[in-house]
Amino acid sequence: MKYKVTEDNNVSTVFLNGEIDMEIADSVREVVFPLIDAGKEVHLNLKDVQYMDSSGISVIIESNQRAKTKNTKVELKEVSQPVEKVLAMARKFL
Amino acid sequence: MSGSSTAQINHNEKKAFLVKTSSLKDVRTFCREVFEKLEIDPSLKDELVLAIAEAAQNIVKHAYKDKPDSNDIMVVEVSCMNNELKIAFYDRGTPVDPQKVKHRELDNVKPGGLGTFFIQEIMDAVEFKDGKKPWINHLVLTKQL
Repeated sequence: MKYKVTEDNNVSTVFLNGEIDMEIADSVREVVFPLIDAGKEVHLNLKDVQYMDSSGISVIIESNQRAKTKNTKVELKEVSQPVEKVLAMARKFL
Repeated sequence: MSGSSTAQINHNEKKAFLVKTSSLKDVRTFCREVFEKLEIDPSLKDELVLAIAEAAQNIVKHAYKDKPDSNDIMVVEVSCMNNELKIAFYDRGTPVDPQKVKHRELDNVKPGGLGTFFIQEIMDAVEFKDGKKPWINHLVLTKQL
């Protein structure tokens, strides 16, 4: 998985891309969780994510829960249409 | 979730994949190619690919939970007859107890268990059939096009 992280004060923006499935989800955790643990507000930019399944949604849920325990937050930015459709289905759980 | 129109093409195609997380992308690619041939509406195609990928993921994650180093294969078969789409999965993992296959409760905000929810939302029917030798599990997802 290729990704880019930009920093602006206490906000880290993680630009994800490609297809986020069970194989990729752990790589996303490895990028995002340390930022949360460092107390950063994390923005996940999803404009270049063409596919996300339940594994990706799980990462978002876990990230949100982890952020709460660190008194910070995770926000989704520029959600692509395919991901928005999956989020719409999952929203009952979010 | 509802789908929209589709060409009336009868078709049957199947492919074997190693039961590995690395195969999930190949499963999606296979299904996208078949749905292209079937001229399925792009919006519905995305939903169907998600449902199929979740079912394949369940095989890797649950049926082969205790056999992570297995070199077994799973077979995905897509067939369309008279506008009824059937996607069959065959594997030789741990037998699935259909009674235990449930998505989690809506007030249970935990990761995991979403895949089954997506499958049930997208497909019209989800049926576990008896796996005939050499298969142990045989799952059939159905969608009226």
